[in-house]
Formats: sequence, structure tokens, C-alpha cells
Amino acid sequence: MIGIEHYLVVSSILFVMGVLGIFLNRKNVIIILMAIELILLAVNINLVAFSVFLGDMVGQVFAMFVLTVAAGEAAVGLAILVIYFRGRGTIAVDDINQMKG
Amino acid sequence: MNYALWFQLASPEIVLSISSLVLLLIAAWGGVQSSRLVSILTVTALFGALALSFNFLLNPSFAEGADAFYGQYRMDRFASLSKILVFLSAIGCIIVAPKFFARGNLMRPEYPILVLFATIGMGLMVSAVDLLTLYVGLEMQSLAAYVLASFLRSDDRSAEAGLKYFVLGALASGILLFGLSLLYGFTGTTSFIGIQTAFGDGVSTGALFGIVFVLSGLAFKISAVPFHMWTPDVYEGAPTPVTTFFATAPKVAAMALTMRVAIEAFGGQQAVWQQIVIFVALASIILGGVAAIGQQNIKRLLAYSSINNIGFILIGLATGTEAGASAMMTYLIIYVAMTLGSFICVLDLNDREGRPVEEISKLAGLSKTRPGLAAALAVFMFSLAGIPPLFGFWGKFVVFDAAVAAGLIPLAAIGIAASVIGAFYYLKVVKVMYFDEPADVIAPSDSAARMALVTLTALFVSPLGYFATLALSPVTAGAAKALFWAA
Repeated sequence: MIGIEHYLVVSSILFVMGVLGIFLNRKNVIIILMAIELILLAVNINLVAFSVFLGDMVGQVFAMFVLTVAAGEAAVGLAILVIYFRGRGTIAVDDINQMKG
Repeated sequence: MNYALWFQLASPEIVLSISSLVLLLIAAWGGVQSSRLVSILTVTALFGALALSFNFLLNPSFAEGADAFYGQYRMDRFASLSKILVFLSAIGCIIVAPKFFARGNLMRPEYPILVLFATIGMGLMVSAVDLLTLYVGLEMQSLAAYVLASFLRSDDRSAEAGLKYFVLGALASGILLFGLSLLYGFTGTTSFIGIQTAFGDGVSTGALFGIVFVLSGLAFKISAVPFHMWTPDVYEGAPTPVTTFFATAPKVAAMALTMRVAIEAFGGQQAVWQQIVIFVALASIILGGVAAIGQQNIKRLLAYSSINNIGFILIGLATGTEAGASAMMTYLIIYVAMTLGSFICVLDLNDREGRPVEEISKLAGLSKTRPGLAAALAVFMFSLAGIPPLFGFWGKFVVFDAAVAAGLIPLAAIGIAASVIGAFYYLKVVKVMYFDEPADVIAPSDSAARMALVTLTALFVSPLGYFATLALSPVTAGAAKALFWAA
């Protein structure tokens, strides 16, 4: 029998993979965008699983909002990435160092 | 269900939403030439929303506050005071922008519209009483802010600032959202008051994780240590009017949101989050003070200064009392005036070719070449450092007073000691301006609007500001009372 804890374990693994994908990846920014998407999808699994488990629709409505915002976020992120690439000619993470910090 | 009342309660955001959509169409039809018209109309719309918020703040029939849209949105004195601060900062950032972007002909009508979109998001944030409104408001503000940070498309530093802000901001939103989903799952509700009720009989481990994740995400938005690393880079790289915006309005909105989440949703479980807030406050004060010392760029210096000030504001939250919340609102009002003023001074630092000057060393001898500007900047620096008799001292005083009254004497003592470290780097700027050989780099001002705003904010943070406390104290006390309505 698959219970709520199985869903939580899967979503936690996805969440951690997303966070690690942002910090461990040194190659390129597109992978960071994918990692962010992974985090949001982990949240969606959580929300829908909780929603079914609690018998409450709010979680599924919340998941729809998250999906919409994720689409907007990806659009803004890619747009910023394009203007960055136009100026610098690279999207390698190690090269994002004009300002120290 | 009373739609008429609901729309009336949400009228500031509704006015701004409709105007932003209309203005977007005007911008699309008019192109670059419409920048001036769109800026003027945006400021007009913001003044309209400001008047509506003042009505909610002062009209006795709204003294209790009311919920709208099935408990998603709440308009009370706390929300209206925060909105007034947000709208005022947004107006300031739009007024100073055209002169800055005029060099290189980079002003676009999208600038005021993006500020407007972010402002609507912030209005939702300060009125949020449900996790759903919280998330939508926060994202609306953030998405507009990412674009604003990279507004100078041809400038490498601006694009890099936008990219860094986007990646770290999206990560913070993800962490916050994961926390929201855990809170929802382990309490079975998304409304703040429902969460407070569910926490009445203890916090489960899952919900505890939720609290920590949510507070981490919010700490990023107010740039509190340990989630501050984006602040100096974004402040330095973003165009200065945008930096002015980032340092004022979103800070107020995110801080107000943090207060509402901590006091309303997690109100019954103060012991759980108080430790976190105390740690974050002290770390922000100390790191903001120490890391600012070596900075050569005035925008980076002001970034660390805002981290430092956020730490002081969080001391008020750590108390978890009504007096603490009232002190936080007082500090926020003064903080907005100081920050707005100092960034507009930075905007006025241009060399003879009109290029912005950001190195502190080039301010040498500013008191000889631009005595008025040097005096104003000195007032803001002393005020940010909290040196009496300037008004910045009053903000720190009320916060420490609330901390002592709540029995957090060690916290107040460490905070006062650390504010001395902070005073060092503010004084360094004043020393460079007043005692170094004139470098004679800075050109005379070319903008009357900037000078007017600098004068206005400088007068407010000068000792004359204490007269304002007569009017401000009842307002901040009313806002704090509204926040504790369910307690």
C-alpha cells in the first residue's frame, strides 16, 4: 500500500536534487533553470499528495498556481539568460564573476 | 459574500492592476516616446492608490480591519500603513529614474510599468492572510524585480545582477514554497488563522520543517544573514534607480509579510521561531557591520548597511510583542526615508561627462565642491548609524526599548555594541567627504526633482523628524494592534 510517506520521500528526494543541482553544477545556467523547475515540481507532488490525503481541494488549486508561476518564472529566467549571453558570449556558471561576492 | 465590500477593501490593488494593464497598452502603442507620459500616469495611479490606503488608515469605520475574498486578503491598519510606505518608495523610484536613464537614451516605458507590477505584488504581500495570496504576491513582486535588475540590457553588470538575482531568488521561492506545502499538509489549511488554530496543540515535526523553510525563504527576501549573499552584487550591478527601489519597497513588503506570518500564523508557537529570529537578527547586524568596512563602492556599502538595518528591525520581531511590532513599523518608516535619501544622493554623484560615480574615494572633498549634497549624505550616514540627535537614533531606540521590555536584555546589549561597529564605516564616508583633499570629480546637480527629494528626506531624518513622532506613534501603535487582532 502506497501511503503519504512514500510521496513525501519522493518529493524530498526531488527537492534535494534540485537544490544540489543549483549548487554543485559548474557548467551552465540552463541546468540551473532545470533544477529550479525540479524544485517546483517536488512541491507540486507534495501539494497534490497532501490534497488527496486530506480530502481537501485547496492543495490542487495551489498546485495549479505553482504551475502557472513556474511557467512565468522560466520565461523571465530564459529572457535574462538571453541578454546575458548576448553581452558576454557565454553562460558557463564559472564565468559569472564580474562582481566579486 | 459581499463583493462590493471586497472590491472596496482591495481597491488600491485593483486601481493599480487596471492602470498597469492600460499603461502597458499605451507603452506598446507609443513605443519609446511614451516613456514620459507612462511615467507620469504611473505616478498618478500610485498617488490614487496612496489616497485610498490613507483612507483605510485614518477612517474610523475601518479601524477593525476586514477580510475579503473568502479569507484570502485582509485590509487593516497594518496593511494600509505598509502599503503607504511601499507606494511612497515606488513613487520616489519612478521620479528619479528618467534623468538616470536619459544618458545613453535608455529610458523605456516598461520601467515604470514593471515597478507598478512589483508594487501590486507587494500590496498583495502585505495584505496576505493565506499561503496562496502570500505566494502569488511574492512571486509577482519577484518576477518584476528580476527583470528590473537587468533593465540596462546592454550593460554586462546589470545583466549579471539580473541573472544572479533570478537564480538565487528562484531558489528562495522554491524553499519557501516547499515550506508552504509542508505547512499545508501538516495543518490541513492554508489560512494563517487556521494554521494558528492547528498549532494550538503543538507543532509536529513536519510542520516544524515547514516553519523553518518558510522563514528561510522570507529571510532571503529581506536579505537577512545567512541568506544575504545576493544583496551586494545585485545592488552594485542593478541600475541605481532600481537599486533604490530594491532597498526600500520590497524590504518593507517582505518585512511586513514576515511579521504577519510570524505573529499571525505562527503566533501561538513563539518559542519555536524566536531562537531563529534572534540568531538571524544578530548575524545580520554583525555581518552587515563588519563586511561593510572594506567596501570601496558606495552601492555595496549601502547594501551591507541595509543588511545591518534589517537586523535591527528583526530585533523587534524577536520580542513577539505588540510594542515590538510597533517599534518595527517606526523603524521601517525611518529606514525608508534614510535609504531613499542616501540612494538619491548616490544618483546625484555624476562626473563631468555625466557618468555615474560609485567609488567612495572619488567623493573626496565633496564638502568643498558640493556642500549641500555632502551635508545631506552626512545626515543620512549619521542617521543610518543611529547617532543622536538624528531621527535614525529614534528607530533604534524604540526597537531596543521593546527588546528590553520583553526581557531580551542580552540581545539589546549585543545589538547596541554592534551598532558601534556599524558607525565606523558610515563615519569613513563622512571623513572622505569632509577631510580629504578635493578630488573634484563630481559635477553639479542637473536635476531639481532629485534635490527636492533629498531635501525632503533629509529634513525628515534630521532632528525635526521627532516632531513627526507625535503623528507617527498612534499610527504605528494602531498598525501593531491590528496585527495582533487574533491573539
